Amino acid sequence: MRTGSATRILTRAGAVAGAVCSLTGCQNYNLFDAKGPVGAAEANILIIASVIMLAIIVPTMIATIVFAWWYREGNTRAQYRPNWAFSGRIEMVVWSVPLLTIIFLGGIAWIGAHRLDPMTPLDSDRKPIEVQVVSLDWKWLFIYPEQGVASVNRLVMPAATPVQFRLTSSSVWNSFFIPRLGSMIYTMRGMTTRLNLMADREGELYGLSTHFSGDGFADMNFPVQVASDEGFAEWVRQAKESSLKLDPASYGELAKQSTGDKPRLYGTVDPKLFDGIVAQTVPPGPGPSAPGGVEAVRPKGGS
Amino acid sequence: MLGKLTLDAIPLSQPIPLIAAAVVGLVLLGVIAWTVIAGHFPYLWREWITSVDHKRIGVMYCILALVMLIRGFSDAILMRSHMLFAYKAPGYLPPEHYDQIFSAHGVVMIFFGAMPFMIGLMNFAVPLQLGVRDVAFPTLNSVSFWLTASGALLVNVSLVVGEFARTGWWPAPPLSEATYSPGVGVDYYIWAIQISGIGTLLSGVNLVTTILKVRAPGMSYLRMPMFCWTALASNLLIVAAFPILTATLAMLALDRYLGFHFFTDSQGGNSMMFMNLFWAWGHPEVYILALPAYGVFSEVISTFSGKPLFAYRSMVMATMAIFILSFMVWLHHFFTMGPGGDVNGVFAITSMIIAVPTGVKIFDWLFTMYGGRIRFHTSMLWSLGFMLTFVVGGATGVLLAIPPADFVLHNSMFLVAHFHNVMVSAVLFGAFAGYAYWFPKAFGFRLDEWWGKVAFWFGISGFVVVFGAFYILGLLGMTRRMQHYDVADWRPWILIAGFGVVLMLVGVVAQVVQLVVSIRRRESLRDETGDPWDGRALEWATASPPPVFNFAAMPQVHGEEAYWTIKAAAREQLSLRNEPDYAPIEMPINNPTGVVCAFFATLIGFAMIWHIWWLAVLGFLGAFATFVVFAWRDKAEYEIPASEVQRINRANRTTRLEALQGVGRRRAA
Repeated sequence: MRTGSATRILTRAGAVAGAVCSLTGCQNYNLFDAKGPVGAAEANILIIASVIMLAIIVPTMIATIVFAWWYREGNTRAQYRPNWAFSGRIEMVVWSVPLLTIIFLGGIAWIGAHRLDPMTPLDSDRKPIEVQVVSLDWKWLFIYPEQGVASVNRLVMPAATPVQFRLTSSSVWNSFFIPRLGSMIYTMRGMTTRLNLMADREGELYGLSTHFSGDGFADMNFPVQVASDEGFAEWVRQAKESSLKLDPASYGELAKQSTGDKPRLYGTVDPKLFDGIVAQTVPPGPGPSAPGGVEAVRPKGGS
Repeated sequence: MLGKLTLDAIPLSQPIPLIAAAVVGLVLLGVIAWTVIAGHFPYLWREWITSVDHKRIGVMYCILALVMLIRGFSDAILMRSHMLFAYKAPGYLPPEHYDQIFSAHGVVMIFFGAMPFMIGLMNFAVPLQLGVRDVAFPTLNSVSFWLTASGALLVNVSLVVGEFARTGWWPAPPLSEATYSPGVGVDYYIWAIQISGIGTLLSGVNLVTTILKVRAPGMSYLRMPMFCWTALASNLLIVAAFPILTATLAMLALDRYLGFHFFTDSQGGNSMMFMNLFWAWGHPEVYILALPAYGVFSEVISTFSGKPLFAYRSMVMATMAIFILSFMVWLHHFFTMGPGGDVNGVFAITSMIIAVPTGVKIFDWLFTMYGGRIRFHTSMLWSLGFMLTFVVGGATGVLLAIPPADFVLHNSMFLVAHFHNVMVSAVLFGAFAGYAYWFPKAFGFRLDEWWGKVAFWFGISGFVVVFGAFYILGLLGMTRRMQHYDVADWRPWILIAGFGVVLMLVGVVAQVVQLVVSIRRRESLRDETGDPWDGRALEWATASPPPVFNFAAMPQVHGEEAYWTIKAAAREQLSLRNEPDYAPIEMPINNPTGVVCAFFATLIGFAMIWHIWWLAVLGFLGAFATFVVFAWRDKAEYEIPASEVQRINRANRTTRLEALQGVGRRRAA
């Protein structure tokens, strides 16, 4: 089938680009080089829908060029029909072709919207792990409530295990996205969103924020390490050794605006912190540190 | 005394905005000085600034749009060139400037580039196509224009005094709330958009009333040219949607100024409500811009194919279907906020359904060309360029309407490519097509074709290169609004996009050169008869430029394509219709209400931005006084004597008769 081969070609092209990338050690965000079931399903829908639409728009484009050229003023062989302005049959086709296409694509959209809804837990024999995500100005905080540890600007997750994310924000909106795992979701203050993802196998991935959140936005990206079960357990053990403690006080420090924070681990985490952030009993991020003065009028700094 | 305004507000330490502003300021001052010294000011004041003539107001809207398009394009050049230096490096624009630039780019292009261009074309052409003398409320029309200009002025003042919003072109809370954006940037945004938004709303009321109530005898709805239909749909959308924007920004202003909590995400406020309200305006806005452009393409393709528009009634239906559907899709702007499968599914399907009437339009334009005799005038080239590129934008739009696809493409460069693909290809190409098409009607001479074609070819190839690269960047996972990046995969495509901007720049320069060359060669490009393209609607039935009263006698409409019917009869009999009985015509007197009102509105806006409360009160009193003076005027109209009408009309009849005799001679030979 054409769709199948197109999918294969594009996936392979993605894989090749990914391989080149892993050789040169650069970061890879390619959507077609998916590393999890959600991303793969979404890349697949992307390709199928594109192929269906190309089947409509390519002939339309060709017809546009052919009609325009054949009926050019200088072409004496073209028949001029100055009064031809309606045909019931053509109108029938003209309304039905887009309608049928949309009915078909609408079906894909409806089914996909349910099957790939970010809130839907993923099928797996293994027990999912939970990660609480907080977007801060301008870094990411990942809390592992079952393990009692937390990490800044670095996400570690076990391979082939569903991960259930609960997300919120300390201040402004962001959107949490690991392109090669699929499905992004917004993080918003005072609210939680849910996202379910899974990575197929071990490896190094990248995530980023996709909703503009202010001056430090471009630095809101983070490496994602997909580890084996042992690797993950080892990482948790290492994290627990950290003397840093995440509680409302240290969170208050963390919530202040900063960019380029190095990854950092917390060995102890206040188990009620995440719910406190959502309920805003823990104060939200304070925003620009010095309200008033020059900053209130125009941005500081020169170019 | 001066609120928050101090000398610190002027960015003396930042050369880029300062130099940009200085250049703009000097050019502006130079133009003003030149008009005053050369003695043109009284003429400009009498004939243009205070004009209530819909044609002149339409032209001024388009001039404003052209200037602001150049401003918006300069922002684009800054962004693209900055990104060339932003790979594993900070680039040359620090984030606080880069953020202002992409915010200003969007605001300027949408509110002060695309909107005035479309409103300008509608203002100019709709009354002419309807066969009437002016819009329903001529002075209100002038107020609308000057309020729009006032908003544009405030956005540009923010270059020198203070800063512009750093939130993106739609200021989403909580980022736009006082806590996270304490500067005046968001306030500039709010007041510029509020003031110009009132102008737009009034303009919508005016054009809706005109189309519903002021039409030539016999011009029933189903005899109106397609452009009038799309203008009707677009202005109905303005009337329905702009109040939502005004209310939303008023709520944001209450949050920022008086500590309310509509969108603060605390004490019961919810930022998602802003998202809903903003896009309840924002998606109809897309069609407010696109529909008039569809109208332009309908006129151009039909005229230059030498055929009536294919399936006119079907096109009317499609237009009105888009009008209604455009209010049912706003939620697709936030599928990724997790509304759940049912909500996402419903809005995915409503969003896709819009593609049906749009697809119908594309096919109907295609069959308008079928069996035609096509002349490749610049405006026809823009229309063909639109048809070829817009289908891609439409397809990627349907793609983004599929929630699982949107889950990986939302806010990506793919999205940026998509909406530029539809907005540039429909609205900007439509604006350029309309500009080339109606220019001779407005000024009495045609635009130079050679430079027009250069502008087209460079413009469209640059557009394909830039946004083609953006599509790929989106698939490679790049998100929008990043000030720097360190992903090697993205670099080649960012370089390619940078090259595409150079091509576009050539196109823009060619567009400017075209205007200069055409003005210099205007005698050889003169449109003598008033019908340079062998047109089909009533605007071509009068002289170019039309007299202030448009038509010496109200045209009688007997079918679709009113002017084509008249012309066909004239060609058959080789003579014009009998001369009408000339009667005196009453026309509204020019008055400065609009410009004075906008002056006070600018004061109000500036004062509110800088918390100079006494000035805001003063501005409000001034605006109200202006209204009172206008409302109590003694004399609203002046009379053009019948002899003058006769003289003007006979001049045009003579040239048309000569042209007709030319046809007769050719036929005999």
